[in-house]
Amino acid sequence: MIHAGHFEDTYFILDVESGSLHHVDELVYDIAHLMETGMVDGAEITSALSGKYPPTDIAEALEEIAELREDGLFDCPCLVEPSAPVFNKPVIKSLCLHIAHDCNLRCSYCFASEGTYMGERSLMSEEVGKAALDFLIAQSKGRKHLEVDFFGGEPLINFSVVKAITAYGRELEKRHNKVIRFTMTTNAYHVTDEMVDFINREMKNLVISIDGRREIHDAERKNAAGQGSYDKVIANAKRLIASRGDQEYYIRGTYTARNLDFANDVLAIADQGFREISLEPVVTDGPLAIQESDLPAIDREYRRLGRMLEARRAEGRPFHFFHFMVDFSSGPCLNKRLRGCGAGMEYAAITPKGDIYPCHQFVGKEGFKMGNVLEGTFDPSVGDPFRDCHVFKKPECQACYAKYFCSGGCAANAYNTSGDIMKPHAVSCMIQRARLDTAIGLYIRRQEPSAEV
Amino acid sequence: MKHIKVVAKACLKNSMEKGGCGECQASCQSACKTSCTVANQKCEKDA
Repeated sequence: MIHAGHFEDTYFILDVESGSLHHVDELVYDIAHLMETGMVDGAEITSALSGKYPPTDIAEALEEIAELREDGLFDCPCLVEPSAPVFNKPVIKSLCLHIAHDCNLRCSYCFASEGTYMGERSLMSEEVGKAALDFLIAQSKGRKHLEVDFFGGEPLINFSVVKAITAYGRELEKRHNKVIRFTMTTNAYHVTDEMVDFINREMKNLVISIDGRREIHDAERKNAAGQGSYDKVIANAKRLIASRGDQEYYIRGTYTARNLDFANDVLAIADQGFREISLEPVVTDGPLAIQESDLPAIDREYRRLGRMLEARRAEGRPFHFFHFMVDFSSGPCLNKRLRGCGAGMEYAAITPKGDIYPCHQFVGKEGFKMGNVLEGTFDPSVGDPFRDCHVFKKPECQACYAKYFCSGGCAANAYNTSGDIMKPHAVSCMIQRARLDTAIGLYIRRQEPSAEV
Repeated sequence: MKHIKVVAKACLKNSMEKGGCGECQASCQSACKTSCTVANQKCEKDA
């Protein structure tokens, strides 16, 4: 399978199965585009393009494509037998700790029902948190690198327990020869100096929720009194990042059908001095969700964002956008690209009561509870549906050129929209494909900023 | 070649040989928490 794409005047061909990438001229792009849509006969292609290019040039380009094909770099067959089992032994090595099913904000689009996950407001106890880490150590078997994300609701409203769990984790690391990478996802609405010191000492990655422009952020991210949170959050986020050095962080926003000009929100975040930025769409339900009819506008907006990103880099004010970061020189292995998040297999969420779920978005969903860390129960068979939840087993993925970039999409989005974790959410897939052309184009232009083919 | 410049050769094929150790970060723990962009993740062996 191939994909012919472009960003601005940078044309490329992605050889999907081998992961090869070719910077091509418009002629080869046009040929590959015809091939992608099913036209394979050289004479037919020549005829179709004869009004635009001289036949000698078309013949030359077809010869070069044949050369690539000969070298296994064009329309390469799948490297793995699709029916082969992959990653089929569950090893939980990554936890999402729901340290608080409560929140000091009341965001309109919150999938967790303003932190409650459709249950009662509650905080995780130290006892549950420690039991969760014991569970992680036991389940992780031979894996050395483990991950624990403090999540919510808002984790910082239960800060004393966050500190106690982290300290316990450091003990466990020594005792069991593991490396635990703690991370936190916070709204940064209430942050003390002690929290800043602790976070920047202990958290390998920090994700702060900011939606971009003040009016966009404040329209959805309000406090309990209905007031916008922007001013406090920006000030706190700047304090956190200012003393973070070169440690990882992301300013992570959400865009909705109400701000399809979301590139302005990314820029607004960059204008506040933040360089690591991610923005995610609301896709699953309600009036804020992105619809299929929004896709042309979204495609244009990702391309506009790509141009803005290049302009800022040229001005010496660079920033990174999470979904534009692709790496064709190394990056994750094929095994990783088949099943990214590992929900129910490598990744699990723990509720304040100690209940175990395949991921944070499955919390509270009937039939997905895997056990309880306090009670010492764990039934990995609940995760069995996730065993085959990978690219090779999903028909929609097999025919998609973006499959090794999204790893088959989010199982929760699939389940929430179709009731079936094996059926990727179509609009999410379209958004993934929309931003991929820009991501690949930007990658090529970074490698060879002035090169012409 | 006049019309084509190879930017990257078969990175997935190469990754088959060293991959699958499972030591890398779960993608949902990175920045998104709602989608599965994986192509920007680091291989633990390259870290």
